[in-house]
Amino acid sequence: MEKKTLFDKVWDSHVVSSVPDGPQILYIDKHLIHEVTSPQAFAELEERNIPVFRKQKIVATADHNVPTKEQHLPIKDELSRNQVEQLTKNCEKNGIELYGLGHEYQGIVHVIAPELGVTLPGMTMVCGDSHTSTHGAFGTIAFGIGTSQVAQVFASQCLLLNKPKSLRVNVNGKLANGVSPKDVILYIISQIGTNAGTGYFCEYAGNVFREMSMEGRMTVCNMSIEMGARGGMIAPDEVTFEYIKGRKFAPKGEQFEQYVAHWKTLPTDDGAVFDKEYSFNAEDIKPMITYGTNPGMGIGVNQAIPSPENDPSFDKALEYMGFQKGEHLVGKPINYVFIGSCTNSRIEDFRAAANYIKGKQKAANVTALIVPGSQQVAKQIQEEGLTAIFESAGFEIRQSGCSACLAMNDDKIPSGEYCVSTSNRNFEGRQGQGARTLLASPVMAAATAVEGKIVDLTLTLN
Amino acid sequence: MEKFTLLQSKAVPLPIENVDTDQIIPARFLKATNKIGFGNNLFRDWRYNDKNEEIPNFVLNNSKYSGSILVAGDNFGCGSSREHAAWALTDYGFKVIVSSYFADIFKGNALNNGLLPIQVSPEFLKEMFQAIEDNSEVEITVDLETQTISFNDKTESFAIDSYKKICMLNGYDDIDFLVSKKAEIEQFEQNRTLSYEF
Repeated sequence: MEKKTLFDKVWDSHVVSSVPDGPQILYIDKHLIHEVTSPQAFAELEERNIPVFRKQKIVATADHNVPTKEQHLPIKDELSRNQVEQLTKNCEKNGIELYGLGHEYQGIVHVIAPELGVTLPGMTMVCGDSHTSTHGAFGTIAFGIGTSQVAQVFASQCLLLNKPKSLRVNVNGKLANGVSPKDVILYIISQIGTNAGTGYFCEYAGNVFREMSMEGRMTVCNMSIEMGARGGMIAPDEVTFEYIKGRKFAPKGEQFEQYVAHWKTLPTDDGAVFDKEYSFNAEDIKPMITYGTNPGMGIGVNQAIPSPENDPSFDKALEYMGFQKGEHLVGKPINYVFIGSCTNSRIEDFRAAANYIKGKQKAANVTALIVPGSQQVAKQIQEEGLTAIFESAGFEIRQSGCSACLAMNDDKIPSGEYCVSTSNRNFEGRQGQGARTLLASPVMAAATAVEGKIVDLTLTLN
Repeated sequence: MEKFTLLQSKAVPLPIENVDTDQIIPARFLKATNKIGFGNNLFRDWRYNDKNEEIPNFVLNNSKYSGSILVAGDNFGCGSSREHAAWALTDYGFKVIVSSYFADIFKGNALNNGLLPIQVSPEFLKEMFQAIEDNSEVEITVDLETQTISFNDKTESFAIDSYKKICMLNGYDDIDFLVSKKAEIEQFEQNRTLSYEF
């Protein structure tokens, strides 16, 4: 029998038909939408007089462009308010479930779908957001799409796509103390680069991923797009099933068992062949930090910035960041810390940060922002007593949203300032015009806030 | 969508690698609910300083260069899925983007907006940059029918999915095609053993 990968199994079971010498029609099980990339798609449908085909397969929330303060009040910025109101109108008009501001399920789209049991293994899932790859942690084919494709899914619950090639990244061994899932994915991208995955769908395999929690797996899969891969998947296992069991929209009772039986058939067959494969040793991974303007420009925190020659793009990045070739980052003063985003705003991320912060104070020079990924996570922070830890350490806790990850709202880092951020992109101006982002794990961010500078976490934790 | 068959134009060089969609159109300009006017903010923070003054050494502010072809460094369009990036480029007047590599989502978005992404070899790209540097008036010819791009005496062929080629040549988009397959899609739904609906 043909040996299939996890990706093959899920993809092949969703192909409606193939266009001769062209793309395939892929059926989409769940469509997540938000305020920024959906309005033009709704307008397109309306202009062409096409109805939404399967409204029950759509879940909407407002996250990218919402304030993280005083969410009960009308949004001050007129354009933002208009965009969020437009989403509400579009959802009402088309009968789509919306978890808008003030709703107990509101939050970052890639945080709420897993926590509500919307994300399930073996499904296909899309959203007009490149970090849709997050949901691959469940063994789901999940990927970001453009607004034209949002309209296509509205109109037909399908997309026209060519099947991507397959890539496997193996990480085996024992991670050192203080090395988190964020460090693992930053390390992988630093090794293979920001376009190694372009044209591929990735599977992460090896004991390092098997031993991760679902939150950790989501952090890894979230950043698949940062190496160019449309999506990244991890085989579903008992950890996955245990996470899903009992969640709001997950199947229950006998139906749950029926689905679990199917999910157990999904892992890649022994002997299945990938188009491309990389393998890394867990022991080589250090707590990571980025020094440049793409997520591939990362180093172990105690390592020196590389010194390539004749690379104008590299030079441009360092000039923007204000760093020198060969320089070490440990000891660099940092005035801003952001813990949040669809990469690291789940309860485990805040537990890890609080565990480090407990009994300590943030440095006087630092503005430290805690932005929960969802209302549910915010509630957990409160219930688990983390609020007191953060607040007494001088951190500011906000309401849920994408916030300073992309700085569409007022949560911006001032020009020229450095921010150690748990988000996913360190592009020029990503966190505000002229802002300089250093990507890192929640514990690294917490340590930076406490010390007011970059610290060598390998020394602190060992 | 506009049809695309043949284009002869001068080109604008942007020899920077990993141009991400946050540079093409920064997030603060994504608050619109229509597709109009994004060209004004194309490459906003490379084009203008924080006082809204033109940054003279950025290529779009250099009157020496013009045309509807943008020639860019490797891995163009990486990052966010925002289709606003494609809208900004077309609204500004670009019809073709040439690079040695395109990010997946951007490439799809471009094709869905009649903006042709042409992937050329790194050597050909290097020669193109050189030719434009030597003579900013150099004419570049893009022929979608024969899938070739040429300048001076150099020609390279490029790949495009045959379905997408038909769409570009005729100005079709995917929605009509998918809606025409409704019966087939409904049949697929009925035949599934696990519907993922609860």
